[in-house]
Amino acid sequence: MRAIGIILAGGNNHRMKELSQKRAICAMPIAGSYRSIDFTLSNMSNSHIQKVAVFTQYNAKSLNEHLNSSKWWDFGRKQGGLYVFTPAVTAENSNWYRGTADAIYQNLSFLKNSHEPYVVIASGDCIYKLDFNRVLEYHIEKKADVTVVCRDMPRGTNVERFGTIRMNEESRIEEFEEKPLQAKTNTISCGIYVLRRRQLIEMIEKAAEEDRYDFVTDILIRYKELKRIYGYKISEYWSNIASVEDYYKTNMDFLKPDVRNYFFKQYPDIYSKVDDLPPAKYNVGANINNSLISSGCIINGTVENSVIFKKSYIGNNCVIKNSIILNDVYIGDNTYIENCIVESRDTIRANSRFVGEDGIRIVIERNARYVI
Amino acid sequence: MIKKEMIAMLLAGGQGSRLGVLTSKVAKPAVAFGGKYRIIDFPLSNCINSGVDTVGVLTQYQPLRLNTHIGIGIPWDLDRNIGGVTVLPPYEKSGESEWYTGTANAIYQNLEYMESFNPEYVLILSGDHIYKMDYEVMLDFHKANGAEVTIAVMPVPIEEASRFGIMIADENKRITEFEEKPEHPRSNLASMGIYIFNWKTLREALIAMADQPALDFGKHVIPYCHDKGAPLYAYEFTGYWKDVGTLNSYWEANMELIDIVPEFNLYEEYWKIYTKSEIQPPQYIADNSKVERSIIGEGSDIYGEVYNSVIGCGVTIGRGTVVRDSIIMNQTQIGENCELNKAIVAENVEIADNVRLGTGEEAENETAPHIYNHGLVTIGEKSVIPKGITVGKNSVIFGVTSDADYEDSHLASGKTLIKAGE
Repeated sequence: MRAIGIILAGGNNHRMKELSQKRAICAMPIAGSYRSIDFTLSNMSNSHIQKVAVFTQYNAKSLNEHLNSSKWWDFGRKQGGLYVFTPAVTAENSNWYRGTADAIYQNLSFLKNSHEPYVVIASGDCIYKLDFNRVLEYHIEKKADVTVVCRDMPRGTNVERFGTIRMNEESRIEEFEEKPLQAKTNTISCGIYVLRRRQLIEMIEKAAEEDRYDFVTDILIRYKELKRIYGYKISEYWSNIASVEDYYKTNMDFLKPDVRNYFFKQYPDIYSKVDDLPPAKYNVGANINNSLISSGCIINGTVENSVIFKKSYIGNNCVIKNSIILNDVYIGDNTYIENCIVESRDTIRANSRFVGEDGIRIVIERNARYVI
Repeated sequence: MIKKEMIAMLLAGGQGSRLGVLTSKVAKPAVAFGGKYRIIDFPLSNCINSGVDTVGVLTQYQPLRLNTHIGIGIPWDLDRNIGGVTVLPPYEKSGESEWYTGTANAIYQNLEYMESFNPEYVLILSGDHIYKMDYEVMLDFHKANGAEVTIAVMPVPIEEASRFGIMIADENKRITEFEEKPEHPRSNLASMGIYIFNWKTLREALIAMADQPALDFGKHVIPYCHDKGAPLYAYEFTGYWKDVGTLNSYWEANMELIDIVPEFNLYEEYWKIYTKSEIQPPQYIADNSKVERSIIGEGSDIYGEVYNSVIGCGVTIGRGTVVRDSIIMNQTQIGENCELNKAIVAENVEIADNVRLGTGEEAENETAPHIYNHGLVTIGEKSVIPKGITVGKNSVIFGVTSDADYEDSHLASGKTLIKAGE
């Protein structure tokens, strides 16, 4: 592959509510055994991109822990590898990343010292499978300056929180609006861009001179007439998890056989950090319906239409319905949980009751856990 | 100069013929255990958890699965700049070459490997037991007693003692005598096949005994050291230790894992057991299914009912199928409306719809009653069983079978149906 990868993993927003207090969105657990960034990392690895930089700044503890070794995604080679860039104080600069373009600018030497002719930029909070080689071939064929991966969303989707795109019949982007008040199309940018490395350096340096910091509003949108910006449409599964509703829905999507089949059974695989947990265990009284259970769990109660992440314990006579239980949660006996997301490493006392009445309730209890 | 205090030599070359078709194509240490593990994961994890970071694995019988499993040792953190895990197969020499003819002979043929680490002590392990043991504590015992050889022993019921190598020790645990499978045992301390040798003692003994055919630790090397007056000590181990040498003991050891608080607990935070995980997705339990008293590995899809069973990774169990008291290994696919009772189904097996395993009266197995017994049905790896077949107890199937291989879609109890080449 003649490209290097950049993953923008800094972000956080209020739409994730309490869930993002603990971690960057990219480190959100997904589908029982994964984290959000695994999908983009695996796509890059499976596309034979050898050198990947992750830009992160918001509460990166979880993310750094997850990325503590690059071997799970088959990076960590002599040629290339996985680089994690957090903001650093240097002689020239003592700012945080003030935007996506600024994050790249502050680490411009990474781009300058590479030799690959192209760059793939992707965000780490999307769930999808994509061979970036196909996007690159399209980019070259169209003689594009920038190629933006985009997707038509079904009618009724709230596209106002994305960038919306209108293309002409040649797929050249004519209109590009970031988070419009009222969207004119239902085609959205998936936050994945392919462009030449030198082109990117030039654009980023120009933006920095003008004190502009955002890659989409300050570069892509401003250049849309000057440069040949093309859209590459995908139609397969793609989901952004950056709101509580979308995060919940994306996890529940994995209860559907076709989604599981697409991600888990069809080549290539999605990789994640290996946790060395024992198999899941079901004791007498376990009663599971239409649910995903991850390794290291011990289940004694009823679980319905739910996703249980790794190493969780569910006590006797518990009922868990339509809920997401994140990693390493202990749920005491006789507890009832419905329409909830239970934060990781939480301890729920016995005989508790949590129900999301209108919408999804986020449960954070922070009780002490006594390990016998 | 490289210097390792203690290195381990792990004997993993045996066939384990009493596991029948389970070891037809793989060495016993590579047989799956406990849903996602292989037997060799236990001694390898013990090594790294005990701080032993240099392990030579001696392979000989069907090593392919073992080699791919071990690789460069990443899952056990045994990928090291110096030391780590090294697979040691028999090799051709300029003079006379031979296979590994005995346990000690295998070690003798790798003197050079051990020498290169300049060790003080050498730990000899075998790759066919399920246990958690801190070898560092055993080494402390070895040093404290000024022993030249320490043998790990385990108290067994005296009536079973005649099946083991028995050590007779004085009150200071110094071994005074030993007997191999004695008719009238005078002690209940059975050797576990785990030894710590002073490197000098081991080296001297192996070279002195080099010409002994089928050089064995229990039969030759230990008696040689004893006769020379070297201090031999018995290190008593009282934790969980299970020999999974027969199909029934293998089945029992798996079944013990599903107890509420199993004697051998995989869920403890410290002393993790590591393995190579190829499959990562969570498992899916469908509507109208039932799973009780079972453990299930990653990426399995359960549409039917599972009771008292150990299910591996990537297994599919179809709708209406009932699995009881069974072991199903990685990537096996089971169709709809099947019934499995006390079955051991190896990896990558395909069982079509409406198959019933383990039905009817017991009958002694016709070809190998000492292997296939206790009412178990054993299915070898990559076997195929067509639709609607009924299989009795103490029976065994291995290979791709079709309707023509069965009489009236039936394989009676005690029958053997082996179609794959040995």
